[in-house]
Amino acid sequence: MIHVKIRLFATLRENRDKETVIELSEGAAVKDILERLDISREDAAIILINGRGAKLDRILEDNDIVSIFPPLGGG
Amino acid sequence: MNKFIRIDMTSLGVKIEETPEKYAGLGGRALTSSFVADEVKPTCHALGKNNKLIFAPGLLSGTSAPNSGRISVGAKSPLTGTIKESNSGGSFSQKMARMGIKALVIEGMPANDKFYVININMNSVTIDEAPPEILGGTGNYKAIEILSAKYGEKVGIAIAGPAGEYRLPTANISFKDPEGNIRSAGRGGLGAVMGSKKIKAIVIDDTGAGQVPIADLEKFRAASKVFAQALMSHPVSGQGLATYGTDVLINILNEAGGLPSYNFTAGRIDHNDNISGETLNATITDRGGDGKVSHGCHPGCIIKCSQWYPDKEGKYITSGFEYETIWALGADSGIKDLDDIAYIDRAMDDIGVDSIEIAVAVATAMDGGLLTWGDGKAVLDAVKQIAIPTPLGRILGGGTAVVGKVCGLYRVPVVKDQGIPAYDPRPVKGIGLTYATGTMGADHTSGYCIAGNILNVGAKIDPLKKDGQIEYARAMQIGTAAVDSTGMCLFVYFGIADSPDGYQALIDMINAQYGLSLTAADVDKLGESVLKTERAFNKAAGFTNAHDRLPEFFEYEPCPPHNVVWDFTPEEIDEVYNF
Ligand code: SF4
Repeated sequence: MIHVKIRLFATLRENRDKETVIELSEGAAVKDILERLDISREDAAIILINGRGAKLDRILEDNDIVSIFPPLGGG
Repeated sequence: MNKFIRIDMTSLGVKIEETPEKYAGLGGRALTSSFVADEVKPTCHALGKNNKLIFAPGLLSGTSAPNSGRISVGAKSPLTGTIKESNSGGSFSQKMARMGIKALVIEGMPANDKFYVININMNSVTIDEAPPEILGGTGNYKAIEILSAKYGEKVGIAIAGPAGEYRLPTANISFKDPEGNIRSAGRGGLGAVMGSKKIKAIVIDDTGAGQVPIADLEKFRAASKVFAQALMSHPVSGQGLATYGTDVLINILNEAGGLPSYNFTAGRIDHNDNISGETLNATITDRGGDGKVSHGCHPGCIIKCSQWYPDKEGKYITSGFEYETIWALGADSGIKDLDDIAYIDRAMDDIGVDSIEIAVAVATAMDGGLLTWGDGKAVLDAVKQIAIPTPLGRILGGGTAVVGKVCGLYRVPVVKDQGIPAYDPRPVKGIGLTYATGTMGADHTSGYCIAGNILNVGAKIDPLKKDGQIEYARAMQIGTAAVDSTGMCLFVYFGIADSPDGYQALIDMINAQYGLSLTAADVDKLGESVLKTERAFNKAAGFTNAHDRLPEFFEYEPCPPHNVVWDFTPEEIDEVYNF
């Protein structure tokens, strides 16, 4: 098993904890987190693992920090 | 739109001419930059009699097109020495357009020491002596109140604050918004140019003005509808910006490790929760009172990224409380209290200074020991001294480059003497190219590569890698120069970047209004020609490719947490303008 820290932002915090640690089986990918937290793919517009952009099929490692944002902008 | 108003402050004379043929098809930045390139001596002193200040509504301003009410102001910049266009919300642009005024030009300077108010209405343009009660340190909030009482509650106002009167290179031009609050043409010190010409304010009353003529109204309405739909159906322009404002970027940049902190010595902070957009939204909602989570800076804005931030009692403190200001004071200067930051933001608006330049200068002053890291109260006091101005006020009001010199620092985040804003160029490389090569010094809005580097809007490029960045930074600068000419707020980009229909609708609106048949390629050409015109002016003013460089420390001080440096070679940087 691995443990990853999940940070959620903006509207993704509605009805969810802004920071949690979840346990996943070895080989789990980012998309498994979305499924577990019931976040749609459209809502996960920006995904960072340890501060770097990551795709949905990226395999997670123990102690990864995963930050997920809905579509957002500014400037 | 056929009136071209020239005000000669040397003779105190007004001329209302027909718009010269060559400017007829231009608006906004395309017009202000062409005019400055045509008529301003590139080597002139920006505060001397040979500089000229021009105000121009965008091509679509005054129509019912959503978000089209931005005003462009141009001149040679006293901060950078380059050409400058700065744009702002407020009601000024729409009033000018409805009155058929293509541009308002201010030239020369009076021999005496008096300040003046230019008063424009449907019948006349007059140069009045400024009421003494708005001069000598009176803040913009009060001055706007006095001018509105004198000239009418509904008038549009452009005003130089105390900083503009003192001709400080960080002085902005403030515009009255529909509620009498303040929006600003912030960057580049154009308020000092206004002050040098002894103009305290310009008042515009469009009572009796008609509608902006539209060649094909049916087509215009249809295109405007498609355009509005594109904006509203995109999650960022339709919802995100209204909910969290631009300050939502604090957490994104912090997670990405690109949030410049403690004068660009790191890319991440621990107190992000104190100053994030999520906290801003929750604070406004909890406090209620005058607070508004979402607000438009001009009538017709449907994106509404602005907000009213109230104090603990619910009383209005400030509006247009932007990410860049909150970043510079909160992350780059380490001020952990959002209320402290809000009061400083208000003071900067009131004094009429660029809230990015001053806040970046504050962080630099902290690095140099002039101020203490994180001490919001001391910063508020120091900023208020600009209105007096004390020596400390003048130093801060001199901007980041001046503060860096005064403090003997090498870590001075400027390009062409303009402070680098809220995105570290080492871990977000695309924006570094914009800072380095932009025609107006470091300016994120001149080619917002954050969209494709961080936000996954319009493109997906790894911010930590160089691949694809040169072409991207070039395309973003070209597109921005075109959008800045339409009168559109730049945030429409979020709605149209991934929507070909929305982008086409923007072009269709221009075509319907002016009876043209422009294509997307023509719009790109317009953007390219604006940039070429601006760059030619800068070259004639003495700028070379060697000025298109980031400060050297970015090359040898790695930025944690990614511990990367700026590694574009001079040859690569120069490729951005190879078109
Ligand atoms: S989106 Fe924001 S900056 Fe743009 S017009 Fe609306 S309030 Fe002004």
